Amino acid sequence: MKPRHQRMIAIAAGLALLAIATALVLNAFQGNVVFFFSPSQIAAKEAPVDTAFRVGGMVQEGSLKRRADGITVEFIVTDTAKTIPVVYRGLLPDLFKEGKGVVAQGRLGPDGAFHASEVLAKHDENYMPPEAAHALSQAEAEKAARSVVNPVVAAPGGSR
Amino acid sequence: MIPEIGHFALIVALAIALVQAALPLTGAARRIPGFIAVARPAAQGLFVFVAIAFGCLAWSFYSNDFSVLNVATNSNSRLPTAYRIAATWGSHEGSLLLWVLMLSLWMLAVSVFSRSLPEDMVARILGIMGLIAVGFLSFMLFTSNPFERLIPAAPDGRDLNPLLQDPGMVFHPPMLYMGYVGFSVAFSFAIAALLDGRLDATWARWSRPWTTAAWIFLTLGIALGSFWAYYELGWGGWWFWDPVENASFMPWLIGTALIHSLAVTEKRGAFKAWTVLLAIIAFSLSLLGTFLVRSGVLTSVHAFATDPKRGIFILCFLAVVIGGSLALYAWRANRVAPGARFDLLSRESMLLANSALLLVACGAVMLGTLYPLFLDALGLGKISVGPPYFDSVFMPLMAPAILLAGIGPLIAWRKGDAAQLVRRLRWVAIAALLGALFVPLAFGRWAVLASVGLLLGFWIIAGALAALAVRLRSGTRPGPAFLGMLLAHAGIGVFVIGVTLVKSYETERDLRMAPGDTAQFGGYEFRFEGVREANGPNYTAARATITAQRSGGSVVRLEPEKRVYLVQRNPMTEAAIDAGISRDLYVSLGEAVEGNAWTVRIHVKPFIRWIWFGCLMMAFVGLLAASDRRYRAVRRLEDAPAADATVIRRSPA
Repeated sequence: MKPRHQRMIAIAAGLALLAIATALVLNAFQGNVVFFFSPSQIAAKEAPVDTAFRVGGMVQEGSLKRRADGITVEFIVTDTAKTIPVVYRGLLPDLFKEGKGVVAQGRLGPDGAFHASEVLAKHDENYMPPEAAHALSQAEAEKAARSVVNPVVAAPGGSR
Repeated sequence: MIPEIGHFALIVALAIALVQAALPLTGAARRIPGFIAVARPAAQGLFVFVAIAFGCLAWSFYSNDFSVLNVATNSNSRLPTAYRIAATWGSHEGSLLLWVLMLSLWMLAVSVFSRSLPEDMVARILGIMGLIAVGFLSFMLFTSNPFERLIPAAPDGRDLNPLLQDPGMVFHPPMLYMGYVGFSVAFSFAIAALLDGRLDATWARWSRPWTTAAWIFLTLGIALGSFWAYYELGWGGWWFWDPVENASFMPWLIGTALIHSLAVTEKRGAFKAWTVLLAIIAFSLSLLGTFLVRSGVLTSVHAFATDPKRGIFILCFLAVVIGGSLALYAWRANRVAPGARFDLLSRESMLLANSALLLVACGAVMLGTLYPLFLDALGLGKISVGPPYFDSVFMPLMAPAILLAGIGPLIAWRKGDAAQLVRRLRWVAIAALLGALFVPLAFGRWAVLASVGLLLGFWIIAGALAALAVRLRSGTRPGPAFLGMLLAHAGIGVFVIGVTLVKSYETERDLRMAPGDTAQFGGYEFRFEGVREANGPNYTAARATITAQRSGGSVVRLEPEKRVYLVQRNPMTEAAIDAGISRDLYVSLGEAVEGNAWTVRIHVKPFIRWIWFGCLMMAFVGLLAASDRRYRAVRRLEDAPAADATVIRRSPA
């Protein structure tokens, strides 16, 4: 084989590798990227019904209940404007507390509750999960907008 | 007074670093011996002053000096001594100081163990490392001074994050940083060679032991971090594809490609430009990792208070280093003489393909890590890219790399013999297939992924054994470096087998258990005996006793704890693990519920220890390679022009 042919083969192999990698990446992104929605967005029916997503906000004070099986918990996540009930079977992370920020990953159930497969831990008491902080500030901004401007005009702008 | 001495030492260190960067680099370019001679003493002086600064900070932590802001926010008078000292690098500022300390340690090592290198080369290498030190020292002095005073002093400190109060905190960060920063040596060698135009096999031989050393530290650091997360976080996971983990894994991937590529450059004179590029990328990724972890872009256990000024500083530094070195590369790389020719079927092309695969896999990891950050920064919405993405991209890319790693040692340099290769691979393939078919039977459940993983694991181990057999039959005694390579490959095999078995056959249950309750799964019967109080020096705890018994086997006693640390008042899960070669039993305690019961999470994790044992085997390669006489006797080889030829003749052809 001539050196020129070899170089061609090497280049072709490199391109094929890149193509395969790109296909893998795109495919994986399509299936595995998890979007984030706030309770307000879920209330506005913006969240998907058939795929998993994340919800974030604050655990409402006094909302944490344990079902009779002792292992399933229910709590309400709020962004101060809207709320969403969450059901989760399993151990809660150490720093899960009422009145503190939380992020849960799961799907919307037919009962209208969010069935979490994972409730995310935070590592530090002063740390608010960024998604939760985002949801709270969004709801805050929307409320402020409503109180100043005509609500009909403000609503679409507030819920991006 | 002590903190001020530390602060002053840092300022002196910055001044020395400026001198160390300016004079030797100018001296090497203009051939001024006086300037060149500055490099070594400057590097040693820099080490002394950084060590003084570090000592001062450690002393402030040790002596509970709560008039230092850093101490007041990260320590407490009731914190045990070992953790008080480890808390030195528990904060953003302190960890930067550790970074610089490691950098100056590497510089010291270069200045001492480089007697065989030409003086102007040493001057260039230390000059470039000096430039890096200038960047980091000014970052510390201008944006994150670890010695900042708190006036009036706090009566007591806010304590170290309880998660960090663990022996892992003492070893993981220094080890990891040693590896991260170690790539600065390979980087400086590469830049020095580009500046000098002396990119040849000798350069690769100098650069190799340094790169291997850094790679070993990084491997150990990552493995320690994974092990720590496994037993400390209480979730039983060992790798989360968390951005911070990825930040350390990306330089590892490129570092792995780099040590292989360096081997080719040294032995065959090929891939010079490619090797240099990998050296630049490896260190750039170390810097990117520092940026990701330290800038506040990410929030995790590793990231601290956000200060935009810091992020922008590191980003600019990153742009200068990466942009500058890539520009230099573009300018100089075409002057590199082409290397020796090789056939498509040869060890060279196997290694080239492997490093390309590692580079692409690293790119995929980087994409998954940075894409959510970009979207967020541009205000396009919040997404998360979790383990499923990384699993489905990374594994298909690594599978061919592992197949090639099994073949590589069996094929000759330059021109492979296809018929001979097939003969050698026959037994390897049979062994791998047998393992892949029969091991799942032992677990009673067959799964495609389990078989694929086991096939790869056994393939690379059998490949390493076959290479050893070939070498022994050829009558040449295998050198330590060759044995080290085989051991590292076998380590990957052990790692892959461990990962496969854990992923395929682990079981996990979340349960509510009252005293006397039992649960059966994973071949064990678990029995909840009860909970009692057990207090530590700076925490109160509830300690449960759970016994596990395999039918007919002995009883294993597990005592997981739920701790509440006195200062930060947060609950902390302390898992109990019964470790074994073939399985770990892992129990963590949830919370107390009605009826004197607790929630409990129990895992049975088959062969999980193999994951870290495989990493240890990989790290061990370095000790063997470092003991190879060829590196200790660099001077002799350098004097002998036929050195390369001897090396080539020694390998089986």
